[in-house]
Amino acid sequence: MRKTFSSLLEDLVVKDNRVVILLGDIGVFSFRNTMNNFPERVVNIGILEQSMVGIAAGLSKQGLIPFVHTIAPFLVERAFEQLKIDFGYQGLSGNFVSVGASSDYSALGCTHHCPGDISILLTIPGFELFVPGTTNELSQAIESSYANNLPTYYRISEVRNTRDLSNSENKGTLVKEGTKCSVLVFGPILDKTLDALTDLDIEILYFYKLNPIDKDLIRRNCQSGKVLLIEPFYSGTMTSIVSSLLPKRSKIVSIGYPRKFLRNYGTLQEQLEFIGFTEDKIRKTVVDLIAVE
Amino acid sequence: MHEFEGTLKSLRKRIVLTSSIAGEGHIPTSFSILEILYSYYLAQKQAYGLLVQSPDHFILSKGHAAIGLYAVLEYFELIPSHWLEDFCKFDSPLGGHPDMKKVPFVEASTGSLGHGLPIGVGVSLGKKIQGKPGMTYVLVGDGELNEGSNWESLMVASHHKLSNLTVIVDWNGSTERALSLGNLSYKFKSFGVSVHEIDGHSVFDLCKYFEPPSEFHSSGPRVLLAKTTKGKGVKLMESSPNEWHHKIPSAEELDQILQEIE
Repeated sequence: MRKTFSSLLEDLVVKDNRVVILLGDIGVFSFRNTMNNFPERVVNIGILEQSMVGIAAGLSKQGLIPFVHTIAPFLVERAFEQLKIDFGYQGLSGNFVSVGASSDYSALGCTHHCPGDISILLTIPGFELFVPGTTNELSQAIESSYANNLPTYYRISEVRNTRDLSNSENKGTLVKEGTKCSVLVFGPILDKTLDALTDLDIEILYFYKLNPIDKDLIRRNCQSGKVLLIEPFYSGTMTSIVSSLLPKRSKIVSIGYPRKFLRNYGTLQEQLEFIGFTEDKIRKTVVDLIAVE
Repeated sequence: MHEFEGTLKSLRKRIVLTSSIAGEGHIPTSFSILEILYSYYLAQKQAYGLLVQSPDHFILSKGHAAIGLYAVLEYFELIPSHWLEDFCKFDSPLGGHPDMKKVPFVEASTGSLGHGLPIGVGVSLGKKIQGKPGMTYVLVGDGELNEGSNWESLMVASHHKLSNLTVIVDWNGSTERALSLGNLSYKFKSFGVSVHEIDGHSVFDLCKYFEPPSEFHSSGPRVLLAKTTKGKGVKLMESSPNEWHHKIPSAEELDQILQEIE
C-alpha cells in the first residue's frame, strides 16, 4: 500500500501543480525520483511533526494542497493540536497520510503504535477519515478527496483485504445479507470476517471511509438489534457513531485493540491473533451474540 | 510631538476603555506591541493604499494581544468601528483571541502559543514555490519562544533560505520569571538568520523595517528583536506587568491610567 501511495503521489505532483508533499524524514527512498524532479514541491522537511503540520497549514493558506506523511503516532498524536487548530479550527484543507496503523511496527513497541488515531481525530469537527483495506480503496480515497477543501486523514496499513470495495462516492458496501446479526467491518479485517461467518445467517457491512460514514447504509440495514464492530484500532472507537443509527436497545460488541499498552513484540500476525482478529474469535463472538435473548 | 504620538495615545485609551467595558482582554501585552502593529499597518497603507492589494502577510502569533490588533485595524478602517463596542460579547466577531474565520486581515487563529511561526514559514515557503512576491511577517512574544515549534520552524526557514520571512520578537522580558532567554541575539544568529535589534516603541525605526523591500534583503530570513516594555505608557503596569497581565482596571485605576496616557 505504501508503494501505491508513493506512485499515486508521483502522478499527482505531475498532474496538479498545487500539490506539495512534506515528508517527516520517512518514505524518502520511495519518493527519491519525484524529489529529484520536483525539489520545490516534494520536501523532506525534517523530524519536526508539529512544525510540519503548521507549515502545511501555511502552504494551504497560499492555495497549495499539502500532503503530510509520517508514522501515525508522530503525525496524529504528537502534532494533534496543530491538526485541531491550524487545520480544523482555521478551516484549512490538507492531506495527512500515515503509516504504521495500530501496530504494524509490531516489534518496535508502543512508541510506534497508534490504535488511538481514529478516536482522537473524530474529536476534530470536519476531519475526513479513511481506513483503506485495499490499494484501490486508497487510490480512490486520495483521488476523490485530496482537493476537497477539508482536512483529510488516510491510514495506510500493512493488513489488506482480498476483496476491493472501492467506489466513486466512498460509500459503505453490504457485503453479505442476513438477519440474525450485523457485523460492521472498518477497513482491513474483511477477509477473516468473511471466512469466519460465511455460512451464518448474518449480514456484513464494510466501510473504508469512517468520517463522515455512510449513515444511510447503516440505517437501511442493521435491524437485527445485534451488532459486532470489527475495529482495527481501539475497541469501541465507532460505537457512539454507529449506535446513534441503530434501532433502540440494540446490543453492540466490538473486537478491536484493547485500551492498554501492548508490551509484546513479535510479528503483526501474532499481535492480530492476540487481539482477537481470528476466525475462531469472530465466529464465537457472533454465535454468542445471536444466542443472547 | 509627531502626529502619530497622539494617535498612539488614543489607541491606548481605546484599548483600556474597551477592555474595561468588556471586563476582558490583555492590556499590557497590547501596549507592548502597539507601536509594532501601528507601524506595520502604516507602512502597508503608505505602500499599497488599500491593504487588500498587499502581497504581504502579517501573523499575530501571540494571539492574547488581540485587543491591540483590533484597535489598530479599527484605526486604519480595516474593520467596522462598532465591532470593538461588542468586544467579547456572545455574538461579537472579536474575541479574546483572534479568529481568522471572523475577522478580516487576521491571518491565523492564534491563542495557543507557538503556532504562528510554523504557519508563517509555510506561507513563505508557499510563496517561494509559487514564485509569488510579498513578505510574511510573524510577531511572536518572547515568552512564546519557550515553545519548541518556533525553533523547529526557524531551522526550516533558514535551511530553505526563506528571505521572504521576517520574525518580529516582542522582547519585553516577560519570560524571565520562568525561563531566561539568555543571549537571544546569539541564539537566533546560531540558527543562521540575520538579526536586528531595534527599539520596539520607535515608529521611525520600525517603519524602516516594514517598508516593502524592492528586492529581498538577504539570502535568508531575518529576525527583528524589538525591545519593548510590557504595559508601555502606564507606570502602574510597567512596574507590575505580571499582576496586570490579564487584569481589568477598577474605576479608580482606570481614571489614573487615562490621566497618565493623556
